[in-house]
Amino acid sequence: MIFRVSHRARIRGALLAGALTALGGCNTVVMNPAGDVARQQSSLIVWSTVLMLLIIVPVMILTVLFAWRYREGNKDAPYEPDWDHSTQLELVIWSAPLLIIIALGALTWVSTHLLDPYRPLAPGSKAAPGKTTAPAAAAPAPLVVEVVSLDWKWLFIYPEQGVATVNELVVPVDRPVRFQMTSSSVMNTLWIPAMAGMIYTMPGMETVLHGVLNERGKFQGQSANYSGAGFSGMHFWTHSVSPSRFDQWVAGVKRQPRRLDAGTYLQLERPSENVRPIGFGAVDPALFRRIVAMCVKPGTPCMQGMSHGGPAVNDRAPRAGEAEGALTREPGEKGESPHLSAPHGPAHGQGDPGDASNRNMTHLDHSPARPRADARQRA
Amino acid sequence: MSDDLIKTIFGRLTLDSFPIHEPILVGTFAVVALGGIALLGALTYFKLWRYLWTEWFTSVDHKKIGIMYIVLALVMLLRGFADAIMMRLQQALAFNGSEGYLNAHHYDQVFTAHGVIMIFFVAMPFVTGLMNYVVPLQIGARDVSFPFLNNFSFWMTVAGAVTVMASLFVGEFARTGWLAMAPLSGLDYSPDVGVDYYIWALQIAGVGTLLSGVNLIATIVKMRAPGMGLMKMPIFTWSALVTNVLIVAAFPVLTAVLAMLSLDRYVGTNFFTNTGGGNPMMYVNMIWIWGHPEVYILILPAFGVFSEVVSTFSGKRLFGYTSMVYALIVICILSYLVWLHHFFTMGSGASVNSFFGITTMIISIPTGAKIFNWLFTMYRGRIRFELPMMWSIAFMLTFVIGGMTGVMLAVPPADFQFHNSLFLVAHFHNVIIGGVLFGMFAGVNYWWPKAFGFKLDKFWGTISFWCWVVGFWVAFTPLYILGLMGVTRRLRVFDDPSLHIWFIIAGIGAAIIAAGIGAMLMQFYVSIRDREKLRDVTGDPWNARTLEWATSSPPPAYNFAFTPVIHDLDAWHDMKAKKAARPTEGFRAIHMPKNTGAGVILAGLALVFGLAMIWYIWWLAAVAFVALLAVAIGHTFNYDRDFHIPVEDVIASEDIRTRQLQTAEV
Amino acid sequence: MATTTPTAAAGEPPAYYELDEHPHPPGGSTMLGFWLYLMSDCLIFAMLFAAYGVYGGSLAGGPGPRELFDLPLVAINTTMLLLSSITYGFAMIATDEKRQSAVLGWLGVTALFGLAFLAIELYEFSHLIHEGAGPQRSAFLSAFFTLVGTHGLHVTFGLIWLAVLVVQVMRRGLIADNVRRLQCLSMFWHFLDVVWIGVFTFVYLLGVLR
Repeated sequence: MIFRVSHRARIRGALLAGALTALGGCNTVVMNPAGDVARQQSSLIVWSTVLMLLIIVPVMILTVLFAWRYREGNKDAPYEPDWDHSTQLELVIWSAPLLIIIALGALTWVSTHLLDPYRPLAPGSKAAPGKTTAPAAAAPAPLVVEVVSLDWKWLFIYPEQGVATVNELVVPVDRPVRFQMTSSSVMNTLWIPAMAGMIYTMPGMETVLHGVLNERGKFQGQSANYSGAGFSGMHFWTHSVSPSRFDQWVAGVKRQPRRLDAGTYLQLERPSENVRPIGFGAVDPALFRRIVAMCVKPGTPCMQGMSHGGPAVNDRAPRAGEAEGALTREPGEKGESPHLSAPHGPAHGQGDPGDASNRNMTHLDHSPARPRADARQRA
Repeated sequence: MSDDLIKTIFGRLTLDSFPIHEPILVGTFAVVALGGIALLGALTYFKLWRYLWTEWFTSVDHKKIGIMYIVLALVMLLRGFADAIMMRLQQALAFNGSEGYLNAHHYDQVFTAHGVIMIFFVAMPFVTGLMNYVVPLQIGARDVSFPFLNNFSFWMTVAGAVTVMASLFVGEFARTGWLAMAPLSGLDYSPDVGVDYYIWALQIAGVGTLLSGVNLIATIVKMRAPGMGLMKMPIFTWSALVTNVLIVAAFPVLTAVLAMLSLDRYVGTNFFTNTGGGNPMMYVNMIWIWGHPEVYILILPAFGVFSEVVSTFSGKRLFGYTSMVYALIVICILSYLVWLHHFFTMGSGASVNSFFGITTMIISIPTGAKIFNWLFTMYRGRIRFELPMMWSIAFMLTFVIGGMTGVMLAVPPADFQFHNSLFLVAHFHNVIIGGVLFGMFAGVNYWWPKAFGFKLDKFWGTISFWCWVVGFWVAFTPLYILGLMGVTRRLRVFDDPSLHIWFIIAGIGAAIIAAGIGAMLMQFYVSIRDREKLRDVTGDPWNARTLEWATSSPPPAYNFAFTPVIHDLDAWHDMKAKKAARPTEGFRAIHMPKNTGAGVILAGLALVFGLAMIWYIWWLAAVAFVALLAVAIGHTFNYDRDFHIPVEDVIASEDIRTRQLQTAEV
Repeated sequence: MATTTPTAAAGEPPAYYELDEHPHPPGGSTMLGFWLYLMSDCLIFAMLFAAYGVYGGSLAGGPGPRELFDLPLVAINTTMLLLSSITYGFAMIATDEKRQSAVLGWLGVTALFGLAFLAIELYEFSHLIHEGAGPQRSAFLSAFFTLVGTHGLHVTFGLIWLAVLVVQVMRRGLIADNVRRLQCLSMFWHFLDVVWIGVFTFVYLLGVLR
């Protein structure tokens, strides 16, 4: 049902998005995405809007009409001060929204199951990601990307390719991508509006998001869940390229001398902002599992369970060095709470992204955490 | 002195905690301090202290407490709006490589404080104040069930507001967003005083909110005038009843979840930490179990106001009273079944997500029915476009759009794109400004003559109205569009120059709203100045329908010399139609509760306790807590809590009313 | 009060004002108000129970309920609280019969049982903390200490309240105000009893079975 709907919806979606585009010449990426999942989401948005407009528009018209027609000055209009009930009308005003909600509810149920971010997309499929087609063995399996949100940058690990990047995501066009996501400290969401919706990344847990980009190009990606001082700089470009270009890019990254292992990760994990893309030519294959289990630091015990929703999330003992409750501290350990924006170091920079002096604007830790010499890779 | 001793005495408070290097804050502080000194000087000069203390601060009169709540809301609205203007300015400036004028430390506090203040210290006192003022009058009671508790609740709310304001000048406020989501709000990621300010401000004010909820339920259930069955209760009272049921059933959840967060921070437990088995997802779930009903706690009283206003100014009985009441009850129940729609993106299964999506949509059915009922109340009426009615119509046109975008957000796959985007920000401002705030403004314009005996100036009111409505749409339409452009909330700087124009437009909208606020203050000033011209002696300036208009404006302390008897839903309309004679003799002395200063003292001690906990000054916290207990216990030894208004006083004020009514008829 | 619905006799115009001042007993809504407060308190416990339900298995490598809970001790503790509820009931019967000294006596016995309950609980807590199973050890223990500790805190405040009431009854006797307060504390005390039965079953018994 939804496919028939979505086809017509696309036309309407184009109209609506067109109207909005005409309004401001702006790129409403949510309504005009490049990936199939996001496209279905946009048609869902259009359809739910149209369904609701069926009732909203008459209400708005009637409001204005009644307000005008029954104004005090208009003595021609009938006046029935004691008319306060009509069973037929009551039936209509309860059942009309009800019918719309039934339609919308059905649409919601079906689409939520079809567009479940955990549900794998049919390989290479353009029309229906959720449609359970026969698994085409020849078609490419989804590209797995392991995602870690750090303070305040994104780490993408390509386990099959054995490379990793920071703040740059490159995917082959039309090939489904399976993001396996976690976080190093606080919650974020991975949001590439042109591709698919967003899902939280959470420390000690692993979440999944499926998406695909069906057009080549450069698309904005970001965190959409506020995560602290450097949040504004937590965005990256997503490049959708041809498969051969992708292979070239992977080969390029592989030539990078840096290797992502526990030591580099612990350095990378420290807070930093507006980080330029970094490439890692080699990756410790066990690293992502250890990040999820929160035991990258040597000597820390890993958690037992790490699946999202399992009984034992973050199930490991507290360790030394973690914040202790305030009441249990000695007076000398109470610390102090100076006003954190007190000036320290040179004045902030003029906004060159990635400039170290910018960090003084937001970041409160004096020591630089960002690995130096961040050569840029281009797709 | 040794360092340990200083730390024991002052906790983590040091000279560095005062933001003397922040020009904006120093400037603000100077203005506040000078203004404060001027105000205190004026109060002393005009010898108003005694008057304020005996007539207002210690008053247990629900009308005065209601007015004080609304004054608090308006004052805090100015603070919250200043935050809003700062954000709009920052976002309009921070383009083309500019960092704007606020650093992250500052900006993140601003948006957190904006949310916290607008919800807890503007919207909540506004609705509580309105309910406090109107409900006892509407049900023909002389006061609320627990008048002292009412005074105490108010001062606890003030203490919470003072806590938030203190964070401006000593230390800092939370930098976590208005719900202080864990683990960001945990000690590992927010070690400074900000989140502690947040916790204690909300806990202290929360006590007040909860107790006032208990108080109003008991009042409505127990103190209605004879003849007023449940289905003869004015619709605003019904909405107040449902709202307070929601308060009593939701705020304990907030108390519990904040208590667990403070245990994490103070004792080192592992509820919401990343370690030791803690689970931050629990925090998100629990805070939204409170958070969603909270939305309805705010909007339902506004619905009640609109129902009264539309019926009065259409000169008609409210259409579909019964279905309105059932709609309220359905909304009340359903509001507990939708909390997960705030985080579809957490990765729940499709069936769970669709369940919560669909329950959310179902709420729009009773809400839609309410809109239709207002519509058909207008149908075949005689609509007078006074200010309250203008706000109501603006509400109906604005709110349906907000409702529509709300249902769009309730479709989980669509929410994967909208979550935390500016589209969401535009949506909830659309319902909170277009619903709650417009409702409160309608209420203020509607009941002002009841409270003070003169109407509000229509010229400045109209200017304020148009500035607010136009300003709202100019400010928030760009946010809808930006949301569709994939822009998320709480961003401080932007790279994409194509977004710039929209933020500038939004900033202009905010400036128009600022003009609206200015015009509203002007409206109050002009009305007070011209009060003799705007005077209403009848007590019923709008030809209204419910009981509060049966008494004089402002009502006497005892509200009604004789308890009214109710025969019809629109009790006062019924009295007028049947020409019920107001008794002019046979008055008696009236039994009333006495004023007491215990509420102010208790709330003051709670404030000291909160501040001591925030700054880790354990000895002071202990002293304040023991003092709090001692004063509370001491208060229970005071059995002499009521008095009788002498019959001569009753006769005197009722005779004035009789004369006023005679002049009005001439 | 809204119970009397006046109906106008035929032909006679209905009355719109009550000319006779009907008695308005002070504190007429106190029982309802206090009950509402108790229900809100009940919700706090509900959240703590929910937290315990979620975190019950999050041991973080630490000790679990089976190793920690000493059921005989908890059974004695439960008995203390249940007995205190019964003796409070006797105090209320004596209140109804206006026997002031009996009221004071039963209140004293209730306080003793309450104190015994608290003492045993504090012993249990200190024992656990001494064993290294404090609230910081794991989420399970955080939830356990918070739930049981919140109940204990309620009992503590109940005891303070009880002491205050004893003084007030001694000074003023069983006047209406004091009787009302006794009734409120009675509701509070029995409420704590009911919550404890939930704690005993859900935390201790099920914990050991798990």
